[in-house]
Amino acid sequence: MSVTNLLDNWAAVRHFHPIDDKPHDPYKWAMAIDLDACIGCNACAVACYAENNLPVVGREKFKHGQVMHWMRIERYWEEDGRDFPDQGFQFLPMMCQQCEAAPCETVCPVGATNHTQDGLNSQIYNRCIGSRYCSANCPFKVRYFNWYDYPTTENVWPAEMNYQLNPDVTVRGKGVMEKCTFCVQRLRAAEVTAKGEGRIVREGEVQTACQQSCPTGAISFGNLVDPESRVHKQWQAQQVDLDKDAQEKNQKEGGTDLRGYRILEELRSYPSVMYLERVRESAV
Amino acid sequence: MKDIREDIAWAKINQDVMKSLENPRPLYWVILFFAVLAFGIGIGCEVYQYQMGMGVANLDNPHVWGLYIATFIFWIGMSHSGTLLSAILHLMHADWRKPIYRFAEAMTTFSLMTAGLFVMVHLGRLWQFYYAVPYPNERWVWPNFQSPLLWDAMAIFTYLSSSVLFLFVGMIPDLAIARDNMQSGWRRKLYTLLALGWEGTDRQWRNFRVTYLTIACFLIPLAVSVHSIVASDFGMSQQPGWHVTSFPPYFVAGALYSGCAAIITLFIILRYVFKFEEYMTLPILKKIVRLTFAIAMVWTYLNCVEFASVWYSHDAVSKDLLIQKMTGPYAPFWWAMIFCGSIVPLIFAIKRFQTNIPVLFATSLLLNLGMWLERWMIVSPTFSHGYYPWTWDHDQWPSMIQWGIVFGSFGWFTLLFMVFCKMFPSVSMYEVKEMVYHRSLHLKQNGTVEQGVH
Repeated sequence: MSVTNLLDNWAAVRHFHPIDDKPHDPYKWAMAIDLDACIGCNACAVACYAENNLPVVGREKFKHGQVMHWMRIERYWEEDGRDFPDQGFQFLPMMCQQCEAAPCETVCPVGATNHTQDGLNSQIYNRCIGSRYCSANCPFKVRYFNWYDYPTTENVWPAEMNYQLNPDVTVRGKGVMEKCTFCVQRLRAAEVTAKGEGRIVREGEVQTACQQSCPTGAISFGNLVDPESRVHKQWQAQQVDLDKDAQEKNQKEGGTDLRGYRILEELRSYPSVMYLERVRESAV
Repeated sequence: MKDIREDIAWAKINQDVMKSLENPRPLYWVILFFAVLAFGIGIGCEVYQYQMGMGVANLDNPHVWGLYIATFIFWIGMSHSGTLLSAILHLMHADWRKPIYRFAEAMTTFSLMTAGLFVMVHLGRLWQFYYAVPYPNERWVWPNFQSPLLWDAMAIFTYLSSSVLFLFVGMIPDLAIARDNMQSGWRRKLYTLLALGWEGTDRQWRNFRVTYLTIACFLIPLAVSVHSIVASDFGMSQQPGWHVTSFPPYFVAGALYSGCAAIITLFIILRYVFKFEEYMTLPILKKIVRLTFAIAMVWTYLNCVEFASVWYSHDAVSKDLLIQKMTGPYAPFWWAMIFCGSIVPLIFAIKRFQTNIPVLFATSLLLNLGMWLERWMIVSPTFSHGYYPWTWDHDQWPSMIQWGIVFGSFGWFTLLFMVFCKMFPSVSMYEVKEMVYHRSLHLKQNGTVEQGVH
């Protein structure tokens, strides 16, 4: 940055698109969720609890809004004058969108949340001081804070459940922020194995816990830069580009039949999760 | 009416101010008692929260920030008027500031110290606070210089250290007077130490003036930048209700406003408690009241600017939030803020009330209530009504722990402030003498001035 381009043209100060900040070579992990296939069974949320050692906070803290579900099923219905409008539930599985230009990353005072080479939004528990600015600036509110010291709280993991904890994942203490990692422990294991064999991770070789547990296969996950991956094909078929804040297909006159969209795309955070719009009338 | 009695003798000034270090009215001890009590409650709440975790404050997702941040802005804001009185008016040669700037500057320092505490209280892992400080370390891990919170930490530390320095430097000649007038004892030793060997020679005065002026000039841009940076904590974020370009001037105006209101409150208390009727006179009070009124109107105007820019921006989410503030669960507080911040100060426009102490006392408290509400209304509604329906949470109410710590902070501030006023001359003796001297020149020519030790 020089004085000249400061005076000249401020737009030129940023020389590259935020998604090009990290190389994404050979991986850019991304997701596609088919809302038409989602039946709202919450299996993904449960799988996430098991895989990522999420604390089960109990009824009282749940009521206070202190629940820790990294993966949550949001429910929406139309108030259209029906007797039981909530019979027309629509489900939206919501987790960290692993934004390419993540609003949470820039505001963290200690740099505890960062972008990785393979396109994840990482969280360093040891570095976090708990200012909660990241959550304040997250438009999706998918970051969860350890309001209490759950490992030492009664009934979060009853004694016999200790063996159920996943040894690959840290148990978080009080005062740190956490969120969906795209099951980074699985990704790293697969990446390391593949590297040892001198190749890249193949399609289907690694699954996230939510994807694995989804009975209808609504969630697909994979390497967006790998042309063979299902995610890549889905994103391409739906004409959703990672680096756009408004997709071209939506600007065509008369709209489009394609179902792919990203949530709050216009905020220019470039989320890594694409949703496929629901076609069916109601959930049940 | 004149700002100060022109024939007041210099020796009497010394005497009156030195008396404030010895025997205040009994009310002083009552205030001190309640301050300690409130502070004790705050400490108790903080210890409990530290042990249990932040959850006891009844914060949740999405309400990750609450009263702590709101009160933090409140205290930062209050610190601004001290600088206004002591530095800006100093440069503008408004000599009526002289009897009152010392306590205003002390207010700046102590409210900054209180604000700093809230950053700590707010942190989930207080024991790792030093991660946010750019200390050299062998791993080359630095804080994130992009974060407005880090700018905040730096701005506040700079402002705090500069204003402590300003307060101290301005006090040196008075400390020397205190040293010379004290009976021997630990306080005399303290003043001797702090007076840095001041003798009042020409050379000392010259150096003193230059130093004082330099710090004053340094402090002014700092004061403006500190609250602009606090504003960018919000303005730089992406959230509805915060993402507003006019936030920095809005915050600075609000800061000066609440600071001036606090000066009126403390003016009235000090005037009574330390028997400063001779120095903190009604005409001076009237000038501050007028100043406060002007700032109140600026604040009201900037409020309108904010609403208008949200309204005409056609940003659906921000607009929705604005309507939510006016009609939702926060509506009583929001309207109370408008009432206390924009309607109540109209009392100041009426000449009869500009010197009516009970009215001014009540009004100034209301103004500060309004300004505290303003900060709360900036922070909390945004969390309650985010970008899309699942992120809405309209019911979250701060727990007694949060209220207790907020309450305790007022005790902590009052404690520091009152102890300061009893320990150090809270009216600047040498500057009041200057003021009297300049104003009584014409009297001297007529030879009617009371004979004092000059």
